[in-house]
Amino acid sequence: MRPLSEVAEVIRSKNAGPFVVTFDILFGSKEDFEAVRAAGLITRQKVCELYNVSDNELLGFEFYPFANAIKFSIQREVSAGGPRDADAYGAQQHAPLLDLPALPG
Amino acid sequence: MIEPKQPDEFVVVSNGMLGYGFREESLHDAIAAGVDLIAADAGSSDPGPYYLGTGKPFVGEAMTKRDLKLLVKAGYDAGAPLIIGSAGGAGGDAQVDFLLRLLREVLTELAIQRKVAVVRTELDKAVVHEALKNQRIQTFETNNPLSPDDINQSEHIVAQMGCEAYWPALRENPDIVIGGRAWDVANIAALPLMRGYPRGLTLHMGKIVECGSLAARPTGGGDLILGRLRDDHFLVEPTHPDKACTVQSVSAHTFYEKTDPLMLAGPGGTVDLTNTIFEQIDPRRVKVTGSEFHAADPYTVKLEGARCAGHRQITIGGARDPRFIAQIDQVQESVLNKIRESQPVHVDDSQYTVTFHRYGLDGVMGKWEPAKTPAHELGVLIDVIGETPEIAEAVCGLARAAILHVAYPGRQATAGNIAFPFSPAEIDAGPVYEFNIYHLMEIDDPENFGRTEWLS
Repeated sequence: MRPLSEVAEVIRSKNAGPFVVTFDILFGSKEDFEAVRAAGLITRQKVCELYNVSDNELLGFEFYPFANAIKFSIQREVSAGGPRDADAYGAQQHAPLLDLPALPG
Repeated sequence: MIEPKQPDEFVVVSNGMLGYGFREESLHDAIAAGVDLIAADAGSSDPGPYYLGTGKPFVGEAMTKRDLKLLVKAGYDAGAPLIIGSAGGAGGDAQVDFLLRLLREVLTELAIQRKVAVVRTELDKAVVHEALKNQRIQTFETNNPLSPDDINQSEHIVAQMGCEAYWPALRENPDIVIGGRAWDVANIAALPLMRGYPRGLTLHMGKIVECGSLAARPTGGGDLILGRLRDDHFLVEPTHPDKACTVQSVSAHTFYEKTDPLMLAGPGGTVDLTNTIFEQIDPRRVKVTGSEFHAADPYTVKLEGARCAGHRQITIGGARDPRFIAQIDQVQESVLNKIRESQPVHVDDSQYTVTFHRYGLDGVMGKWEPAKTPAHELGVLIDVIGETPEIAEAVCGLARAAILHVAYPGRQATAGNIAFPFSPAEIDAGPVYEFNIYHLMEIDDPENFGRTEWLS
């Protein structure tokens, strides 16, 4: 299995407003994007399992061919920068995606 | 090398964040090539609710003034207006006043006179109460309906104004416009939109260039960016000679900090990128066509409000004993129990919160962390928020003593569980704020939504 970190160019997370963290997986080429999409290993369900969130909390998991990108978002349990928050910018929530199997072989 | 401005182009040079710095040569080169507008965003909700709550600016005075002075001078030299939105970070009245003070200093130092408009967007609470009563407040992303208490408890309430709110000021041909909280796109798009450029393309261009050179590669080192607008397309071009806009960098930026990259919702409607085409026209520039706009009825603006959630004391320490690290969950429970047992009678559980950030285990991701194997040492940050500073101090002191001495199964190190790097171990971190208003408000008159004033 080849992990996502070897195939994607950008893997990042960031606030989309104070109540949502949004995740972008951007591929450097159409070929890489289509290969990952065809492999079918990166799925909505997989992401829910990885982040221990319910289907309701995962917003808009989609493949976007126009930008060779995958995008999804997660509803925050606590608002950004408020009590009990640990990541005010939401910029360090991407890391578990790095090792996610993306392609066979 | 920046391409010279063509007669039928509207050219904007954009600074992603006032006070984050940029290359001075980039600005000079852009001005030399010709610009119609200099735009700068000065705010964001990303640094958190503290700035809206307190009215303090989140970018320091020295750097804000440095960038401001360069932009004001450039506008003077170019004969182009300068629009700065979301002044001071959160765009409340106190933060607008902060930026106006710096602007006055800059104008004195440059010994120039400028016609300056101010568009304020901090709201009187009565306006929001009235809107709530008339069912003109919509929930947004939180699913929490707004309550009168939310309005009363907010320290400040601002609204992100749309492009139209800048128009009363722009019609008078100002040299400089200082905006309160604004949709980041509006600082760039308000002027070309008023001049009749198509809404879909104008707003989309605004969305791409509002973060400065973040839409170019390489991304390191913030700089300016140019948007070049015509009736049927726009171009994006970096000002830095070592940067390039590529189809990948520009289309990827469409994803940044938003949930739906094809539908960009903002005040008054949605930019629809379903039929947008990105083309590489030369090594440094990308051409964008096809972006459309769907007007919303009613017109809405996003409200932001922050309330004080209490007072914070923290303590930071590290653990190295593997048995302690393995039982950190139970240790935390024991610490909380110890606080409950020991606290003064007049403090009950509802008057404080204790949060453990466990660095080396799940301190960054909390519940979302899939890796469950702790590191060989564990950083423990105990965050106590109390209703009053006294409660925070008492509870944090108890938490520090309890985690140091609490027993756990198999303990051999009976002298202490935690290495504290500081004496005193507790740190007073002051008041804590949280966003308690993040809703949409329906409005009737987008053009006269802001309060426009003129600096004398």
